[in-house]
Amino acid sequence: MNSTYLWYATRATGIVTLVLLTLTMVLGLVTTSRSRARNWPGFAQQELHRRISILAVVFLVIHVITSILDSYVHIGWLAVVVPFASPYARLWVGLGTISLDLMVAVFVSSLLRSHLQPRTWRGIHWLAYGSWPIALAHTFGLGTDSSEHWVIALGTLCVLSVGLAFLWRLRATAKLRAMVPNPDPPAVRQSRSVSTAGALGGPRDA
Amino acid sequence: MPSADLAPPVGKVHRLLGHPGNLTEHLDAHGPLNVAVSRNSTWQQGLVTSLEASGLTGRGGGSFPTSIKLELALAAGSRGTIVVNAMEGEPASEKDKLLLCRVPHLVLDGAQYLAALCRADRIVVCIPIGHDAVATAVRHAVAERSDHRHAPLAEEIVRPPDRFIAGEESALVNWIDTGRSLPVFRPDKGTPLRIGRRPALVHNTETLAHLALIARDGPGPFRNRGMTGEPGTSLITVSGDVAHPGVVEVDRGTPLWDIAKLSHPVEPVQALLVGGYGGAWVGPEHFATPYATSPLRRIGAAAGVGVIVVLGASSCGLTESARIARYLADQSARQCGPCMYGLPAVADDLAQLARGQGDGDSMARLHRRLGQMMGRGACRHPDGAVGLVRSALAVFATDIAGHSQGRTCPFWRSPTSLRFPRAVEV
Amino acid sequence: MNELRIAIDPVACKAYGYCAELLPEAISLDEWGYPIIDGHPVPAELLTLAKRAARDCPMRAITVRRKSGR
Repeated sequence: MNSTYLWYATRATGIVTLVLLTLTMVLGLVTTSRSRARNWPGFAQQELHRRISILAVVFLVIHVITSILDSYVHIGWLAVVVPFASPYARLWVGLGTISLDLMVAVFVSSLLRSHLQPRTWRGIHWLAYGSWPIALAHTFGLGTDSSEHWVIALGTLCVLSVGLAFLWRLRATAKLRAMVPNPDPPAVRQSRSVSTAGALGGPRDA
Repeated sequence: MPSADLAPPVGKVHRLLGHPGNLTEHLDAHGPLNVAVSRNSTWQQGLVTSLEASGLTGRGGGSFPTSIKLELALAAGSRGTIVVNAMEGEPASEKDKLLLCRVPHLVLDGAQYLAALCRADRIVVCIPIGHDAVATAVRHAVAERSDHRHAPLAEEIVRPPDRFIAGEESALVNWIDTGRSLPVFRPDKGTPLRIGRRPALVHNTETLAHLALIARDGPGPFRNRGMTGEPGTSLITVSGDVAHPGVVEVDRGTPLWDIAKLSHPVEPVQALLVGGYGGAWVGPEHFATPYATSPLRRIGAAAGVGVIVVLGASSCGLTESARIARYLADQSARQCGPCMYGLPAVADDLAQLARGQGDGDSMARLHRRLGQMMGRGACRHPDGAVGLVRSALAVFATDIAGHSQGRTCPFWRSPTSLRFPRAVEV
Repeated sequence: MNELRIAIDPVACKAYGYCAELLPEAISLDEWGYPIIDGHPVPAELLTLAKRAARDCPMRAITVRRKSGR
């Protein structure tokens, strides 16, 4: 295949993956339990979050394949999963690998969700918090298009959306915690015990 | 060796209180334990039959037939743990503390019998932090009987936190297992509680004391007391507006008022609280009701934990109920939404009514909230609270009608006649 | 009679409310956002939605189980 087309495909799918990943993050962050906004279909938002994440994975796969098949630079199949194994742009490609590894972990754990403890699933899902900024670094570190104005604008938009969504989430969690009526009081002290039982301790028919 | 077949000793009267407390006299009075040599199925079957024939039910609040609970435990397998529930989280109850201070060997014997029956390999006695007099008494008793003839299994004492919910069966086992005193959701009550992978059988202090006597004397003396459908005796703590609060031992089926009279109530009495703070108020028209499961259920109450609190005429039933509701709300484990948010809301509603600050909506809101809370928690805590409040709304209806229109009774500011571990504000 | 019923684990439930969105015919929410179920068996036409609600619950608090009629 023509190396140029592969190269364009890699860059394009890379940008699209980043945007889809950003969207996934935002949809996942702007969720909270005990939501009072009863006109908002939370189940639909969750479904959208899932489907966009699948789309992101699809574009990621294409992005990885085209980048490996492109013979202009040598990355190698190993570097797809092993970080910093690529001779070409070892650091920035390596970051991409890390981001991919984290994404795969999140994805697989969600597929196997019914077989995992909820806490395990949640712990792995939080790896997403790592995957996104590393993907961002990979995109702008490689520098292929990162001097284009529209790319910079897109990147800024991504950072702003995730940043704002993250702040929203922090605030929502704090508000929830404040809503619990009188949280656990300290261990109560024992009252003085009744000691007059002796006067009435006998059986009724004694 | 006592079994169901032997006739009980002539003239033997079943009772828990009044027996000697130290080991020597205890053995003189009741004979030896005799389980070490008896790990044979004849003896075990004999004891199961005895328990079944006796009609013993749990004295920890559930009134569940002990023999059925035992069958489930036997099916759960061996090498389990017998848990002696001496938590007595109910503030108005003193019977378990009393038993363990006065006749600890009866209780511990009961645990040993059960352990031999279930082939358990561990006995754990749960005494809350703060109940130090009880812990001392039990430690002393355990030291007295530390011989395999008297105690084939070592009797461990543990100190869970002193919270109302900590004595709930699944919360207690959870604490022993994981250190977290939180009730566990059990959709199927037939599946056994577990500590690790081993089954755990939890029994109330008083139930075990009865069991120890039934194991030695057969079911006869127990059946000879109480009433036909509900034999035996119960320990009841009577408190409130009485001259002599304390613990009494009465036949099951004794009328409520006869039990209350033993503590010399300050008359006139406007209501009795039966079964504990998660129980129900009973008005004067029902004071003759026998203290037994079915008769109480018919009037909307339950035997619950052996507690009767007397409310005199110079107390405000609504305010006392508001205090109880506040206490129960504070004691929620805060795991389940309906309890965590619903109980404090109900307590707020009652407090508002007690202060005469209800709005036109208060009663309707209260009824709606009560209607939504039953059965939606992992344990029975919210259910008990709902039962208590509903009974208050019925028994103190006239007074509440006045309060809800801003006409508070003269007694709503009186100090409480109830016991709480810490002052409860309304 | 073996019917399928909705069961909710009250300890796990954190009131996300997706179940009530998907199955308003069988699940309503109290004033604090927690689900109230009526205890009736799930009608056949709602079964798919019920299973979806069970799958979509972020806390895995809701299950559709076969319970012999009590």
